[in-house]
Amino acid sequence: MRRRLMAIIRKEFIHIFRDWRTLLIIILMPILMIVLYGYAITLDMRNIVFGVIDDARTPDSRALVDAFAENGFFRTLPRDVRRNEMESLFMRRDVHMVLVIPEDFSADLTQNRSAVVQLIIDASDSNVGTFVGNYAEQVLGIYNQRMNHAVPALFEIAPRIFYNPDMNSTNFFVPGLVALILMLISALLTSIAITREKETGTMEQILVSPVHAREIVLGKVLPYVLLGLVNAALILLSAWILFDVPVRGSLALLGLLSLVYVFVALSFGLMISTVARTQLIAMFGTLMATILPTIMLSGFIFPIASMPELLRWIANVLPATYFLIIIRAIMLKGVGSAELWPQALILSGIGTLLLTAATRRFRMRLE
Amino acid sequence: MQNDFAHEVANQRQTDPDLAVSARELTKRFGRFTAVDGISFDVRRGEIFGFLGANGAGKTTAIRMFCGLLPPTAGEAQVAGYDVRTQPRMIKQTIGYMSQKFSLYEDLTVAQNIEFYGGIYGLTRPQIEHKTGLLLDELNLRDRRDTLTQSLPLGWKQRLALSVSLLHDPSIIFLDEPTGGVDPISRRNFWRIIYEIADSGKTVFVTTHYMDEAEYCGRLSIMYQGRIIEIGTPGGLKEKYGLDTMQDIFVHLVGGDTRKEAKQ
Repeated sequence: MRRRLMAIIRKEFIHIFRDWRTLLIIILMPILMIVLYGYAITLDMRNIVFGVIDDARTPDSRALVDAFAENGFFRTLPRDVRRNEMESLFMRRDVHMVLVIPEDFSADLTQNRSAVVQLIIDASDSNVGTFVGNYAEQVLGIYNQRMNHAVPALFEIAPRIFYNPDMNSTNFFVPGLVALILMLISALLTSIAITREKETGTMEQILVSPVHAREIVLGKVLPYVLLGLVNAALILLSAWILFDVPVRGSLALLGLLSLVYVFVALSFGLMISTVARTQLIAMFGTLMATILPTIMLSGFIFPIASMPELLRWIANVLPATYFLIIIRAIMLKGVGSAELWPQALILSGIGTLLLTAATRRFRMRLE
Repeated sequence: MQNDFAHEVANQRQTDPDLAVSARELTKRFGRFTAVDGISFDVRRGEIFGFLGANGAGKTTAIRMFCGLLPPTAGEAQVAGYDVRTQPRMIKQTIGYMSQKFSLYEDLTVAQNIEFYGGIYGLTRPQIEHKTGLLLDELNLRDRRDTLTQSLPLGWKQRLALSVSLLHDPSIIFLDEPTGGVDPISRRNFWRIIYEIADSGKTVFVTTHYMDEAEYCGRLSIMYQGRIIEIGTPGGLKEKYGLDTMQDIFVHLVGGDTRKEAKQ
């Protein structure tokens, strides 16, 4: 058993290191992906341009405009906006919001009447619309208090934001990207490993030898575990260097659980390779079966809790769902093994199940 | 004639220790297509037994059943006394196999290929070292030890593949069209090795669609559309049909329509 397994493992390593171009791609692709996606995917809004129609033209109205512009979120269009050009500004996407301050704004303020300002928001992108609206309301609230310290508010909500105090969406997405990329690359590695041998005919030569299915399967997975771990380390390092995503929990625990996750992904790839006949089908199948569900259903972007029941079921069997919980918890919250063991256990379970299924599906006979 | 022959073999005892391969009504169907249709024959130890037939006659399917790669649909077969259905692992340890498709790793060196195949048959490291030395000397490949297999000429690749399939000292060796695409001189050299293998007491089971190769076999069976339509020694068959070459016999039996498929 050990001799046959070692022979397969040694041969697989020779394949990996002989083909240094592929090896380079395997190592560089994840880094490239995290750079591209990491910078592209963000929900943070900065520099929202807004136009101002200021009919009051008083120190109070200018103070209101400054209140909007004084942090990084809003930026005024550097000129006055005329009423009749407002629509074309929205259509050309030159502005996301227009603030209309009426002529009697200051008069209302000084006479203690409630002053009304109008906000016109482009909500064609509902996320942006909601964000702009919420944020503008906060700015107005602050301004109101500033002008009106005499009247205390009835009650006040004082939020304190934990784990990601800047509400930086990079901190949310980058761990997710790590999960996505690791799943994709690892599954690709093994999905090709067996179909390649089917295509070249060497698999037939192995099958007439007394090798067990489990020896072939293990011999294929183990070398790639090492490669997957190198990938995991590089991706995490890039995340840390490029995006400043913290690792607040134990690095050792993160490493260990990444290993479990890589093992699951490799087993999944192997499962695909026992079904697919050609390398092309294997690659395509792996792409479809990893990227889509991982992005859409694992909680990578959309919260699982708000999905319809059927999709929630699917989400519950995706390995990425559990690894996302783990990696976000360790990186952002510093959570330890005491809280994460259920997810770790489920992941190991899925991995073992997939590997067993792959071994079973992997027929010792050619049929 | 086919029935006579089937009766003859059916009456023999199946567990004869002298038998390397024995098949009884062995059948393989893929869906509605019958690739091998109730073949029966025996091969004695030390024989060079040939399967002659056009492409698609069922030779490869039959050989895969003997090697434990395909389970039969019906009938029985024993290889080295082991049942193909229930003891494929025992068979695999006892036999060597060389497929019609060159199946060494092109991106591994000659020595690495030998090491890998030795390893999956459970040979120890010293055993592998020893075998590698012998084999490289025999093939005159000592200075090519660390060359990538892909850069060897096809004739050498095939001789290397044959040697590799003999690494674990099998008592029966199955060669599925081993000389496909090789020039006539390399083919003749290849057959010289096959004779040496048979002389050392091993059974050689070889499929071919080359008529000249059929002449080299000790005994051969002619397959047509999944059935064995004739079996005997080349000399015996020539006498029986009063024809001079295997080519003539083959054409006589199979008819003109498949003539172009069987190569000179």
